[in-house]
Amino acid sequence: MDESEDLEMDRGEFELTRRDFVIATTAAVAIAMLPRAYGALPSPDTLSPTLMKVAFKVNGQPRELELDTRTTLLDALREHLKLTGTKKGCDHGQCGACTVLVNGRRMNSCLTLAAMQQGADITTIEGLGTPEHLHPLQAAFVKCDGFQCGYCTSGQICSAVAMMREIEAGIPSHATAVLTSRPELNEAEIRERMSGNICRCGAYSNIHEAIHEVAGRQV
Amino acid sequence: MKPFTFERARTPTEAASAAARHPGAKFIAGGTNLLDLMKLEIETPMHLIDVNGLGLDKIEATPDGGLRIGALVRNTDLAADARVRQDYAVLSRALLAGASGQLRNMATTAGNLLQRTRCPYFYDTNMPCNKRAPGSGCSAIGGFSRQHAVIGVSDACIATHPSDMAVALRVLDAVVETIRPDGSGRSIPIAELHRLPGDQPHIDTVLRAGEIITAVTLPKPVGGSQLYYKVRDRASFAFALVAVAAIIQQDGTGRVALGGVAHKPWRVEAAEAEMPKGAQAVVARLLAGAKPTEENAFKLKLVERVLTAMLADVRGGRV
Amino acid sequence: MKFDIPATTNPIDQLKVVGQPVDRIEGPLKTTGTAPYAYEHNVGPDTAYGYVVGAAIAKGRIASIDQSAAKAAPGVLGIVTAENAGKLEKGNFNTVKLLGGPNVDHYHQAIAVVVAGTFEQARAAAQLLRVNYERSPGRFDLAAEKDTAIKPKPGFGGPSDSSVGDFAGAFAAAPVQFEATYTTPDQSHAMMEPHASIAKWEGDKLTVWTSNQMIAWGVGDLSKTLGIPKENVRLISPYIGGGFGGKLFLRADALLAALAAREVRRPVKVALQRPLIMNNTTHRPATIQRIRLGATTDGKLTAIAHESWSGDQPGGQPETAVSQTRLLYAGEHRMTAMRLAVLDLPEGNAMRAPGEAPGMMALEIAIDEMAEKLGLDPVEFRIRNDTQVAPDNPAKPAASDPQSKALPEKHPSHPPFSQRQFVECLRLGAERFGWNQRDPKPAQAREGSWLRGIGVASAFRNNILMKSAARVRLDHRGTVTIETDMTDIGTGSYTIIAQTAAEMMGVPLKNVVVKLGDSQFPVSCGSGGQFGGNNSTSGVYAACAKLREAVAQKLGFDAQTAVFANGTVTANGRSVPLAQAADPSELVAEDGIEYGDLDKKYQQSTFGAHFVEVAVNAVTGETRVRRMLAVCAAGRILNPKTARSQVIGAMTMGVGAALMEDLVVDKRLGFFVNHDLAGYEVPVHADIPHQDVIFIDETDPISSPMKAKGVGELGICGVAAALANAVYNATGIRVRDYPITLDKLIDRLPPVA
Repeated sequence: MDESEDLEMDRGEFELTRRDFVIATTAAVAIAMLPRAYGALPSPDTLSPTLMKVAFKVNGQPRELELDTRTTLLDALREHLKLTGTKKGCDHGQCGACTVLVNGRRMNSCLTLAAMQQGADITTIEGLGTPEHLHPLQAAFVKCDGFQCGYCTSGQICSAVAMMREIEAGIPSHATAVLTSRPELNEAEIRERMSGNICRCGAYSNIHEAIHEVAGRQV
Repeated sequence: MKPFTFERARTPTEAASAAARHPGAKFIAGGTNLLDLMKLEIETPMHLIDVNGLGLDKIEATPDGGLRIGALVRNTDLAADARVRQDYAVLSRALLAGASGQLRNMATTAGNLLQRTRCPYFYDTNMPCNKRAPGSGCSAIGGFSRQHAVIGVSDACIATHPSDMAVALRVLDAVVETIRPDGSGRSIPIAELHRLPGDQPHIDTVLRAGEIITAVTLPKPVGGSQLYYKVRDRASFAFALVAVAAIIQQDGTGRVALGGVAHKPWRVEAAEAEMPKGAQAVVARLLAGAKPTEENAFKLKLVERVLTAMLADVRGGRV
Repeated sequence: MKFDIPATTNPIDQLKVVGQPVDRIEGPLKTTGTAPYAYEHNVGPDTAYGYVVGAAIAKGRIASIDQSAAKAAPGVLGIVTAENAGKLEKGNFNTVKLLGGPNVDHYHQAIAVVVAGTFEQARAAAQLLRVNYERSPGRFDLAAEKDTAIKPKPGFGGPSDSSVGDFAGAFAAAPVQFEATYTTPDQSHAMMEPHASIAKWEGDKLTVWTSNQMIAWGVGDLSKTLGIPKENVRLISPYIGGGFGGKLFLRADALLAALAAREVRRPVKVALQRPLIMNNTTHRPATIQRIRLGATTDGKLTAIAHESWSGDQPGGQPETAVSQTRLLYAGEHRMTAMRLAVLDLPEGNAMRAPGEAPGMMALEIAIDEMAEKLGLDPVEFRIRNDTQVAPDNPAKPAASDPQSKALPEKHPSHPPFSQRQFVECLRLGAERFGWNQRDPKPAQAREGSWLRGIGVASAFRNNILMKSAARVRLDHRGTVTIETDMTDIGTGSYTIIAQTAAEMMGVPLKNVVVKLGDSQFPVSCGSGGQFGGNNSTSGVYAACAKLREAVAQKLGFDAQTAVFANGTVTANGRSVPLAQAADPSELVAEDGIEYGDLDKKYQQSTFGAHFVEVAVNAVTGETRVRRMLAVCAAGRILNPKTARSQVIGAMTMGVGAALMEDLVVDKRLGFFVNHDLAGYEVPVHADIPHQDVIFIDETDPISSPMKAKGVGELGICGVAAALANAVYNATGIRVRDYPITLDKLIDRLPPVA
């Protein structure tokens, strides 16, 4: 959901290829076609990457990186800081596996550039707890078997931590029956609010129990 | 993703003039759609202007009793604002029906308006698509078109606009404020912001090069029962098959706008005069001239059924 | 260890550790993000990034590739295409070659990998390849190709055809007849971790860190494809972010990482980008299924026919959707047939419960429809047609089987089931779910704008036996370490293997270390076909039995009478710490399980019943699931916690199959259009209610020394049909074409008030 505007496009280069495309099902048709024929074509002078310094805090530690401007926060964490607990499931904001907390709010780290997070305070799954000292929600996930393959798990847990804070802050959701009243931490709210985190193993019922267990004790 | 240079703008005018200086520049705020498209090289800006520091993140009362929503107000914050929940419930509801908690934390008011279609052929750069590559053809026509537009379509494009928020803004008569590189501003009624595809489906809006949205204003509250119903296959985190935003008054008059049916939020004010006669009469005018495909003709019936139920619910005091 | 007579009492029967609902032993790693998945292994600072380019056409050939722009792009280290990849064979388990060119077999078939110093550079350079294609016509429409379908050769699902008695005669004579055709769409595994690999060469030795369910198959096919000895290939796959059958085989990520690493002489990591996965890799093929049932008026099935049509690439296999119909219900006269059409869509292959999952989607609606026609309760109708022997004989070996001549006398044509508590599942489920509240007349229960309905379906999935080996080490601290190339794809392998070793060696769970997914370890059954749990633990059982002998010998005990408990070994009043047997040097034992012909003397299957309550929006036709219950009879449940998770996960995938999952084919362009996680919808949290699972108390000594069977695929079989039947009960609308989306209901919903 960008701030882009779409009038500057000058795509005369498609003249070359449009006539060549034939939707053919019955006859063999030879066509010349570029693999990215229907995307933009490169101009050679724009191919050099731009490096940029960015500084932010990750799990309380100040980190400074010099990165290709194209580097997402997700890839900065995984490939540059070797914090691989944050997962790349789709790289397009469609699964939630890359969820981290940025200044306390949950975000898809695949859809923000590292360069846009200058000065941010970032918490990843590694910042919540360790195998020896689990965060209460991490412990609840283990106890309730709120995961199977484990690949969506970091995102589920980060998302759940922030989700509980959102309810506490009174932020409504699609499941909130009366908009003008405070949302409750009930089953429908948890399920709706966690829906940005896909678990293909299908641990949802157990994830809900894990969240409920922690929510019951402390939010 | 093509390499790009990157700068952080501090004021709207600075951002707009930076855009004018750099050919092929784009503004980036939430990034949730632009980065998605840049990874696929559907968008290939050579320069990105980070507008997150422009300070346009306030929601303020206007002198005439309305609200002025900063362009950078995040979807979460807009939906949660007490005034919006109280007086513009349809907007809260629409926002909360969209995307996921994470995405709503990132996505901005202006970015939401400017998001591009989710047509799968638009997203696949191997496929002809007039919106992505003008003149290449429309793969959705005659292809997989279940999600696509049923009205306002052209031979060049049957894509829909994916926003929920924009549908609510349409029914609320919002106005979009912009600044241009020369520092001048203009106000664009939401009805005029988005275009129909016609023979130039690659142009989504009437914004011009370097023009940046600074705010969206809402007129003073109109009351009524404010409803937003989003119909989708899965229960959450899915784009609408059809969305109906309605404001229905006790006297049976009201307004209605649709999502998921056209290249823009769809509203026909003249159709609303039929409201007292019932949903069938409204929809007959609202969707007059619809040209659905075999795969998405169900949307017409769906709209009528949802609106019928909404009117009945309001009449019956159930909402 | 050869397992050829039914198990008697053994150390597992103590059930001190096995059978207990213990937490996953790798849980603290997975919940803290510290379990390393394929793309996350740090194999050196010089590791480069590969980005895969998929074919832009569905069928045809590449006329030329201009690499000049890509090669000149910043950071690019090399490009591999079919031109410079060297001679590549096709793996035994691959229907289509993984690197296309010059011929293109399907859309998004990999045609190149571009390698650069950073991910951003590789991705950008990949877009610069200029490929000229010559497009050929293709076959993309199953319905259109149905009549060209042929009889496929026997495969995993048995022979293509089966026939018992005289179906045609019996059907014609049946007082009550039913016939309908059902369709299931192509589906995608959509596991959360994309296929990913890192390859590193040291001389002619190749190591690949990957995400693969079947390590030994992967080694075999990678060595075959590259034309190098198996001994030179090592696969390491300790954590796998979901597979569901999509990672059973060598895929393009591993091959291209290996080729790329060889080309650029550096380690290379490759992950398939999400929008590529659904067309590049395998999928569950669509089916058209015709079912005919004949019954007496009192509800006894006399004639059963199930035919299925599916498509695949040349040389591919059918979706074996008739498998369960050969075994599930009694009926004297029966036939099944599978036909296979050639399609130029991406390769079809196994996805969770291949065969039974889509087969049950059709069969179990048909049974519901027939019950209604007979005026019988659908639970009761199923019970009336129970059988304790295999009514068909799918286990009959193929003619090509060299043992086939010796078998007929030994093996009955209608072998008894080793265990079949099918009726118990139905009865218990009906009671617990409140089945008696169901109004057999549809469209009767309405709450506001929601129409409520409940539905039932049987669950059935065969038990598959595979040999499986393990190595076990005992050290002087008393730590027991298991090494096997078994994988844990979320199934709980780490945990149940640890439980097995702890039980066998008499040590606490914390004293067991489990190492999986490395081809340097003994070859296991791997993960697939719900055979992983039972077979891999049986292999560990065998290795531990051997270690017990070594321990007993070392400590001077009789292995048969020594008791291993609480970290000590005891016999004849003498107790010695187990650890002492490994002092000063560790003890190592290696063995595996191999099976005799108990699966031919007995039909080994798992059973269950699914109950679902749905609410269908009377205005929009949106279907939402309210309650779900599965009752399973699947042998000994090794860990009720992880087994339950397997079942609820399968139920969730079943909801997806019922309501939303559909890889949409563009029949003109020949590809799956909705090829990402936004377009291909799978269930999210909001779609899934609390789920209940009940395991029937069962041990199956005919299956293995663990007396267990599989359960992870049983859980999906029947779910979608139970849901479809619930939608019918709610609305009176019978949808026979999955998924059950609102556009298929809306024309027949009641008028909006």
